[in-house]
Amino acid sequence: MAKQDLTLNLKQKAKELRKDIIDIVYKAQSGHPGGSLSAIDMLVGLYNYKLKIEPKNPMWQERDRFILSKGHCSPAIYAVLADKEFFPKSELEGYRKISHMLQGHPELSTPGIDFAGGALGQGICFALGIALACRLDKRNCNVYAMIGDGESQEGAVWESSMAAAFYKLDNLIVILDKNQVQQTGKIKDIMDIGNATLKWKAFGWNVIDINGHDMSQVIKALDKASKLKNKKPTIIISNTIKGKGVSFMELNSKFHGKAPNDEEYKKAIEEIEKIDVKKFK
Amino acid sequence: MEKTATRDGYGKALLELGKQNPNVVALDADLSDSTRSEYFAKQFPERFFSMGIAEQDMIGAAAGLAFSGKIPYASTFAIFSERAYEFTRNIVSRNKLNVKIAGSHAGIFTGEDGKSAQAIEDIAIYRVLPNMVVLQPCDSVEAEKMVFALSNYNGPSYMRLHRNPVPVIHDAGYKFEIGKGEVLKQGKDCVIFATGTLVHEALKAAEILENEKIKAYVVNIHTIKPLDTNLIIDLAKKTNCVITAEDHNVIGGLGGAVAETLSENYPCIMKRIGLQDRYAESGKPDELYRKYGLDAYSIAEEAMKFVRKKK
Repeated sequence: MAKQDLTLNLKQKAKELRKDIIDIVYKAQSGHPGGSLSAIDMLVGLYNYKLKIEPKNPMWQERDRFILSKGHCSPAIYAVLADKEFFPKSELEGYRKISHMLQGHPELSTPGIDFAGGALGQGICFALGIALACRLDKRNCNVYAMIGDGESQEGAVWESSMAAAFYKLDNLIVILDKNQVQQTGKIKDIMDIGNATLKWKAFGWNVIDINGHDMSQVIKALDKASKLKNKKPTIIISNTIKGKGVSFMELNSKFHGKAPNDEEYKKAIEEIEKIDVKKFK
Repeated sequence: MEKTATRDGYGKALLELGKQNPNVVALDADLSDSTRSEYFAKQFPERFFSMGIAEQDMIGAAAGLAFSGKIPYASTFAIFSERAYEFTRNIVSRNKLNVKIAGSHAGIFTGEDGKSAQAIEDIAIYRVLPNMVVLQPCDSVEAEKMVFALSNYNGPSYMRLHRNPVPVIHDAGYKFEIGKGEVLKQGKDCVIFATGTLVHEALKAAEILENEKIKAYVVNIHTIKPLDTNLIIDLAKKTNCVITAEDHNVIGGLGGAVAETLSENYPCIMKRIGLQDRYAESGKPDELYRKYGLDAYSIAEEAMKFVRKKK
């Protein structure tokens, strides 16, 4: 497939899954739409382009692993996994409901889930352990982990960052979904994380800075990161907008962890439907 | 009698296990000389991960290794393992991952380092986590057996180890089984359920009691979870005089576990020996045991009062 067609297809997929995210959260009347919408373009790039996975064999040992450290963005990963047929799409209706599979934050019992998130700062150390094991077993796979910028306030992120560089884990790729907003406000007002690029460079990582909503940049960054084998871990700093694609959710901390009401739901779906994928970034 | 620290047993067995099983890996947080994981580290550098002074990272990485089919033993001081508690809760125990946590230098027995190093709450906090097995050896042979037993057990565990030497009361032929209490001394009038270092104090206490014509059962409760409830209920029924002894807060530890079991199955008055909801201080282990009421004489004294009250 020509790169241009591929990019366009992925953009179209991200548009569809944005609607699924809103649907999932609306039907559950619970969940985190903001960070799901900021992460979805990258997740589509990963699952529909980059990751070596087999939906019919989710625990395939040679697969690439994906760790969603910012586990509250479960609507986004569930939308992607359902679309890839790791489980039936009808499961999305049971999101956050009692006696259903899809838990508020991911659990390992769900096919396709490689990390039970929900407590921030715990994804990279888990990914680090997997990356060490993959290296011991000489597996030809990469371990990806997505963290948030609010999450970067957790000290454990930096413990793991130091260790990954120390162990020269060039099979580990972290994606920072830098969406600028956390639960109670803007990152820069709650606890500024400063210059992430300089910090990660100083910790000994390859750093790739992109606009995380521009699909052509996303796939280029994933290609580069997956091939960089220079005895350093790599981070893709994915500059995004929390709530991207729904105007009243964009950079609005109120939609960090709140479901849309009837009126907001209609408006959100209308707006997403109007997205011109060719121009979207 | 020969004296060895339980941490020595841990290190020795981990090294042996490493020779037998290539899937065994070890992690430490800059205390490998103290925890004795260095024996393994020296022999198997490619399977040993020095995590620096970063306990949270160590537990998370151990979990990732376990998720990938490795058998990780992660050691540090008992007290510092607590730094990673929520990681243990949310990554290890929540997912039933096969991570073996070893916390050394537990209890006031660790001595001179004082309050900051003396973990007296670790049994309680690990016991309360679903899926966790909680073990405490009373000598180095038992520690060795535990390391091997855990390698055949697939699930999260916490093993509590000690800095200072204690008598070796088991021989190499000792059959250790997770979850089965060990009756070390038969009795009649009372039963002392002891764990870890206090097993030795309890054995000495039983000798003192014998001079007073009191026959005490002494039981080594090496597995605090899952607790050997059958044995505990049985001996409570036989004696109606139950004493627990541990180098730990009496709240939530062995005393707490036994009280929970008995109150639901065979309610009886019991006496919990341990730290009475307080921290200790710097000092030599034997001095501390005397001052804080954990030594053989204190146990015997409490037992005597208890037995006489019963009669």
